[in-house]
Amino acid sequence: MEFLANIINGMSLGSVYAIIALGYTMVYGIAKMLNFAHGDVIMVGAYICFCSMTYLGLPVIAGVVLSIIGCTVLGIVMERLAYKPLRNAPSLNVLITAIGVSYFLQNAALILMGSDPKSFSSIISLPALRLFDGALTISATAVITILVCVVIMVALTLFTTKTKMGKAMRACSEDRDAAQLMGINVNGTISMVFAIGSGLAAIAGVLMCSAYPTLMPTTGSMPGIKAFTAAVLGGIGSIPGAALGGILLGVIEILARAYISTQLADAVVFAVLIVMLLIRPAGLLGKPVNEKV
Amino acid sequence: MGIKTLKPQTRSTIITYAIVIAAFLVVTVLDGLGLISNSLSGQLVPICAYVSLAVSLNLVVGVSGELSLGHAGFMSVGAFTGVVVAGCLARMGIDNELMLFAGSAVVGAIVAGIIGFLVGIPVMRLRGDYLAIVTLAFGEIIKNLLNNFYIGVDDAGLHFSMTDSSSLGMTQGTILINGPKGAVGIDKISTFALGILLVLITVAVVLNLMHSRDGRAIMAVRDNRIAAESVGINTTKYRLMAFTVASALAGAAGVLYAMNYSTITPSQFDFNQSILILVYVVLGGMGNIWGSIVSAAFLTVLPEVLRPINQYRMLLYAIVLILVMVVPHLKIYQRAAEALRRRFGRGEADDATESVATEGGEADA
Repeated sequence: MEFLANIINGMSLGSVYAIIALGYTMVYGIAKMLNFAHGDVIMVGAYICFCSMTYLGLPVIAGVVLSIIGCTVLGIVMERLAYKPLRNAPSLNVLITAIGVSYFLQNAALILMGSDPKSFSSIISLPALRLFDGALTISATAVITILVCVVIMVALTLFTTKTKMGKAMRACSEDRDAAQLMGINVNGTISMVFAIGSGLAAIAGVLMCSAYPTLMPTTGSMPGIKAFTAAVLGGIGSIPGAALGGILLGVIEILARAYISTQLADAVVFAVLIVMLLIRPAGLLGKPVNEKV
Repeated sequence: MGIKTLKPQTRSTIITYAIVIAAFLVVTVLDGLGLISNSLSGQLVPICAYVSLAVSLNLVVGVSGELSLGHAGFMSVGAFTGVVVAGCLARMGIDNELMLFAGSAVVGAIVAGIIGFLVGIPVMRLRGDYLAIVTLAFGEIIKNLLNNFYIGVDDAGLHFSMTDSSSLGMTQGTILINGPKGAVGIDKISTFALGILLVLITVAVVLNLMHSRDGRAIMAVRDNRIAAESVGINTTKYRLMAFTVASALAGAAGVLYAMNYSTITPSQFDFNQSILILVYVVLGGMGNIWGSIVSAAFLTVLPEVLRPINQYRMLLYAIVLILVMVVPHLKIYQRAAEALRRRFGRGEADDATESVATEGGEADA
């Protein structure tokens, strides 16, 4: 029973990773860059929700909507100011810029909100689920997190396959120049991907802080890196891959924490990344890319 | 023969050594006159450590062209190895501080070099963003493992455990590394002179490597991997060489850093520490060794001088990091640079041959 509870908790954590990983995987697919600052967008989203609920006294729904809007705008601004001028620059420069943006967000939050951890009150106030005469208790947050993740995955899959914008997105990630020749607005599409990814990051931030209620300026960085690991595990650029990788990684982390060592759980997660990259660099669901000279 | 007639490479080498030695002389004289404040003299050894770290990271980022985000990990390997070695040597009755320091620095560098080599074997199979993220992962793994290391020494020899300090099974003797609490009671044997010596050694190793046949091969791999491969350069070997040498040098710098404090903890050597070193390298100019020295020294002293704005320091670093990367790619900048170049003839500095300047010359930054 304890094992089952761990699996469900792992899936809940994994769902958060999966939602964050979507942002990484879509941006990587289309802009071919690792948006290092994506993890910190989660933190910004959680802070916006926290502030609007605690200081402004707004209802939960308003807080969540505000944080999604805030992060979407942040994503677009970030892309315009920092990444757009570097569209054709070497990847080293882009990555260093992304690290700079990540550092900027963390330190701006540190100055604005202070370094003391804020305790985030869960946005979900439903009672926990009790199964098998109370032998298995599942928190409502875990159930809702998993449900939200499923809804987002389905919606995003429909978006990319059925709508015109989704098709433009796929075309850009396939071949940017050819897409441009076909009359697709590449810059607009990239901005849209950043907007969607950042909006999702806001949702992930709120859900994550509902389950793990300490909110600090550095809250986003570790989950961000792990979500990137999840995206690589599932195959970067693939939306179902992000979901699979995220949930797998969440389960691995919780199991490692429960049965190996709390201290070494992070090391286990990163070891998974390294092994994966060495055995199958394209990820579980990714397609291998041959190098062209 | 004036300095203008020398080859740019030789001139840059002379400037590099001259900066270090001049800095040493100036600081020693000022210290003798009692003009250096307490807070600044406490920073002298960390400055040397950061300068060595920046120069060694420059070998990976600037010369080899790979972004490593785990440099602090190798620094911590060196630091903790150095503490253990110093503890053992002291137990064996050696109390000459110079011997203690030399022993720890050499062993620390060797162990960090071996770890760097082992980490480098899988890492060098990757490229670009993947490589960066895996070095980050290794840095975190090293930190996590060190958080679980318990090492003590008594008359029977070294004791090692990964559970807690009581399972070391020691009744007497000293605990050298105590898990998350880190190393406590370190002999503070680092001095400014030793620091400068380490900086000089680091600079000499890196510059000699850069100007050797191997160094040119490393730069060829950076500039065009496929072309380098097609003329028979073993790309993995040379990238691994740069990575291993840089790790060993970071290990030695870690020893210097550790021996300046009575306590160090594994969590000090986290991702932020790696980023800080990267900031020094990027601001000094990637591939430019004396740039790294100046920026590391300057940026370590700066917060001491500018205490009032200290809380904005990291924010400022972040903004500068972004600007240094983005500005050369802005159309306005490119046009201005072009206009300047036309007016003054050749605007590009000779040093640009050494840096990974794209267009516009990052060496200026």
